[in-house]
Amino acid sequence: MKTKAFKRIYTRISGITKATCSLKASGVRYGELAWVNGMPAQVISVVDDMVTVQVFAGTEGISSHSEVTFAGAPPTLKVSDLLASRILNGYGEPIDGGPALRGEARIIKGNAVNPVKRSKPSTLLATGIAGIDLNNTLVTGQKIPFFADPDQPYNQVLAEVAMRAEADKIILGGMGLSNDDYLFFKNTFTEAGVLDKVVSFINTSENPPLERLLIPDMVCTAAEYFANDRNQKVLVLLTDMTLYADALAIVANKMDQIPSKDSMPGSLYSDLAGIYEKAVQFAHGGSITIIAVTTLNESDITHAIPDNTGYITEGQIFLKKDTDIGKVIVDPFRSLSRLKQNVIGKKTREDHPQMMNALVRLYADAMDAKTKKENGFDLNEYDKRCLAFAKEYAMDLLAVDVNLSIEQMLDTGWFLLKKYFEKFEVGIKEELLNQYWDERKIKEPVNSPSHGTEVSL
Amino acid sequence: MNTGKVTGVISNLIFIEVEGAVTQNEICLIHSENKRLLAEVIRVKDAQVSAQLFETSMTIKIGSQVDFTGKMLEVELGPGILSKKYDGLQNDLTKMSDLFIEIGQSTAPLDEDIFYKFNPLVKVGDKVYAGDWLGSVLENWIDHKIMVPFTLKGGYKVVTIVNSGDYRIQDTIAVLSSEKGEKVIVTMVQKWPVKRAINVYRQKIRPNQLLQTGLRVIDTLNPIAEGGTGYIPGPFGTGKTVLQQSIAKNSKADVLIVVACGERANEVVEIFTEFPQLTDQVTGRKLDEKTTIICNTSNMPVAARESSVYVGMTLAEYYRCMGLKVLVLADSTSRWAQALREMSNRMEELPGPDAFPVELPATIANFYSRAGLTELKNGKWGSVTFIGTVSPAGGNFKEPVTESTSKVARCFFALSQKRADAKRYPAIDPLASYSKYLEYPEFVRNADELIQKGWVEKVKRCKNLIQNGLEARDQISILGDDAVPIEYHTAFWKSELIDFTLIQQDSFDNVDMNSPIERQQYMLNKVMAICELDFPFTEFEEVGTYFKKLINLLKQMNYTAFETKQFRNYEASLDKELLGIKEEIIN
Ligand SMILES: Nc1ncnc2c1ncn2[C@@H]1O[C@H](COP(=O)(O)OP(=O)(O)O)[C@@H](O)[C@H]1O
Ligand SMILES: [Mg+2]
Repeated sequence: MKTKAFKRIYTRISGITKATCSLKASGVRYGELAWVNGMPAQVISVVDDMVTVQVFAGTEGISSHSEVTFAGAPPTLKVSDLLASRILNGYGEPIDGGPALRGEARIIKGNAVNPVKRSKPSTLLATGIAGIDLNNTLVTGQKIPFFADPDQPYNQVLAEVAMRAEADKIILGGMGLSNDDYLFFKNTFTEAGVLDKVVSFINTSENPPLERLLIPDMVCTAAEYFANDRNQKVLVLLTDMTLYADALAIVANKMDQIPSKDSMPGSLYSDLAGIYEKAVQFAHGGSITIIAVTTLNESDITHAIPDNTGYITEGQIFLKKDTDIGKVIVDPFRSLSRLKQNVIGKKTREDHPQMMNALVRLYADAMDAKTKKENGFDLNEYDKRCLAFAKEYAMDLLAVDVNLSIEQMLDTGWFLLKKYFEKFEVGIKEELLNQYWDERKIKEPVNSPSHGTEVSL
Repeated sequence: MNTGKVTGVISNLIFIEVEGAVTQNEICLIHSENKRLLAEVIRVKDAQVSAQLFETSMTIKIGSQVDFTGKMLEVELGPGILSKKYDGLQNDLTKMSDLFIEIGQSTAPLDEDIFYKFNPLVKVGDKVYAGDWLGSVLENWIDHKIMVPFTLKGGYKVVTIVNSGDYRIQDTIAVLSSEKGEKVIVTMVQKWPVKRAINVYRQKIRPNQLLQTGLRVIDTLNPIAEGGTGYIPGPFGTGKTVLQQSIAKNSKADVLIVVACGERANEVVEIFTEFPQLTDQVTGRKLDEKTTIICNTSNMPVAARESSVYVGMTLAEYYRCMGLKVLVLADSTSRWAQALREMSNRMEELPGPDAFPVELPATIANFYSRAGLTELKNGKWGSVTFIGTVSPAGGNFKEPVTESTSKVARCFFALSQKRADAKRYPAIDPLASYSKYLEYPEFVRNADELIQKGWVEKVKRCKNLIQNGLEARDQISILGDDAVPIEYHTAFWKSELIDFTLIQQDSFDNVDMNSPIERQQYMLNKVMAICELDFPFTEFEEVGTYFKKLINLLKQMNYTAFETKQFRNYEASLDKELLGIKEEIIN
């Protein structure tokens, strides 16, 4: 940094709050990186000669005479191919004991891609999980979170998806990650022998919460380097974005900003969008796919964090426990992939869109029947068929532990439809019925109940 | 020129100390490195000015010079707007060369080197007023009128007017002279401040004519009129964007303005890639030839969200002055309101409900009032129809943006989470949604003529059947299947029939995605004929089975091209089913 030689040192802090310090300084710009007592901080307001900085680690131990210096530039990450396999903290500094990073120092909140230069994402990203591939098909260049209660195995499913998806690089952003989960990711990557294509930016629950604020931007800067400078397919994993948003709320609160819904800052939507919109398909083949985790509070998706997230991301994968089958399933109602249209029936078999909708509609009928039963009413013959179907559907297709090809998933779908319904009940175009219901020989699905598990009709 | 100095930066709020007079909403240029960054004055207090920056502020230094332009945010109006992809400040995105949008980049909205074939419509000596047509050029396939600048007041005489021929947009087309002898040079381009409505028309009257959207649940059940307003609120993922895009693809508007305001970039990319392939329903030309896209996605400067909707509306008003039917779609107006909220909070203004600015309802009302059906001074008609989506926090319609919009928009297309969960698309709630135009006598009369006598009456009967069916459903679920009279089941299944065949429509199916009004007329008549039968059922289980067969056949018809052989075959099977039941009725 060329300004380094002239770096001015300030030693008079006029105001200290829990997260910020204010001081008189000149030549400072909004967004600039600073150090207070050697601790990283960022300028969040400059008015006349009064500068306010936010200290990421908190202001504990800072005195009115602590030393403040300014970097002359916003936070940066040194990008190069040497990033691969490294583990870094929220400031982009190695925490793996390896050598310091080298390469071009890039400002971490980069400019937006010109929308006219984007390509339409339309490459299928298969995971083998039918609740995803069949009902909520993913595409490279997509941004999508898992919505899950804290007791769901979201990090396990996230790691599973990462291992099965095709990617040149995986960039993990851990925010408030428990040490156990951090080690879990590390082990998964090591066992799969993919460590050399993983870059990790980690803030664990032991680190100061505000340090999380830089993680998504660091991750996206690294992702953009590999996707655009190196034309690679990059998969970004962000967990847990709820803890990131909580950190935003802390800062806003310390700054006396008027909170909007659920004590979140009014800018939450823009803040989250700035991160998720980094997902992109470039014309040159490079891409950034973002799969995140947003933990929920008692499955409440109306809370400001999942709500704003849902308005930004291209769908969401909702995990929940299905007590009827005793497994975690991908909820077919609440889950959505908005980019599935780009591939289903086009890159996958033609019956995909109608099959997927037919199964979900019938599952909805089953849920109505279930409510009816719970309210003490007699079930009619159709209700009973629906309920039996629903159990098998959940077991064979919705459970997160299945691993099938999309072709197998569709065949399983036809098998279930034929087993429980009449043609006129499924609402599928006649052309497709002719071809798949009548003509195609469909094998019984592998984990169908007739092969073992009991399902009573 | 009036200048000032930057004294403070908080995110995109810039404090400036100014020397001379400044106007509210004036545009100023902040010097930063070797660029000029655009900002809008949003508060003036003595020599202290607050401005919202349409960029990120990381490069701005305290003490930097600021130039005040003396002008509000303006758009350039002239041939070449159609097919363009603009950002929220009317920069042409296609003209930017880099992959990333660099800070402080601006590009020309129109193309100065293109020759347009001009044909004069006035003669030397003619008396003209603001908005009068001086001539026309062909823009794509649209007859683009070159008009007397809207800013001129009073009558002018045409001093010179060029002959037919090829001219560029900056060439002089005419010279006009005021009564006092002041000369005005007219080119094909004029400028207009976006926050003011262009009001050079004779009168604005109540909308009275159906604007076809190709969607049954809108055109038949909740029609929007040419020059009308509508809004689509709904929780995320319920189909606001898909609905707007299907309206865009199938509507019978002459000009289409799509404002992507603070939402996903990939949704705009979809328009960019699809529209040049799709065919316009009216002209058979490619859809992008009549479309302009204003694109300020969620990761682009927040302050430009507000300007993006105003830019879109102003362009629409401009084409309305040419006697065209313009449709403006904005997705989502909530993002614009949120941008206002972010700024208002940063300025530490006293907040209204949910921390939105207190004047939000007035801002929204003022904006919607710019739509309308207008009679031009030459007796021709033009219209701007506006449909905005609303993204209520937590999906709860009791929030300021939804409520303020409900007071001004005449059509309400409420998207329901429950319907979306059950994949009943479009997830428009048939009971909550409405169109006030069904109550306009002039609309009813026009529908009698355009579609068939008694049309609106029939639509209302259909809506009643939906309501009856849903009430019956509630009774059935409270009392149980066999504890209610069989008529309850019949009523419920009639409403299911209407739901599956009229309301639901597959936007991703090549045939079903667009249903012209003739086809909708056939469908409503068919469905109502079925619903008006007295069914002889004795067991409630028969009802569902029978209706599912009818639904299946009607759905197959919806998936089949209208009046083809295959279509007739399904119709014959349907009639056979119906004949069977009629015979039972007679016996
Ligand atoms: N009319 C429709 N037909 C089929 N699928 C639809 C329809 N409307 C919405 N969807 C599905 O729902 C998803 C979300 O729709 P979208 O319009 O993007 O929601 P919103 O804008 O309300 O968040 C789409 O990606 C699509 O999968
Ligand atoms: Mg949308």
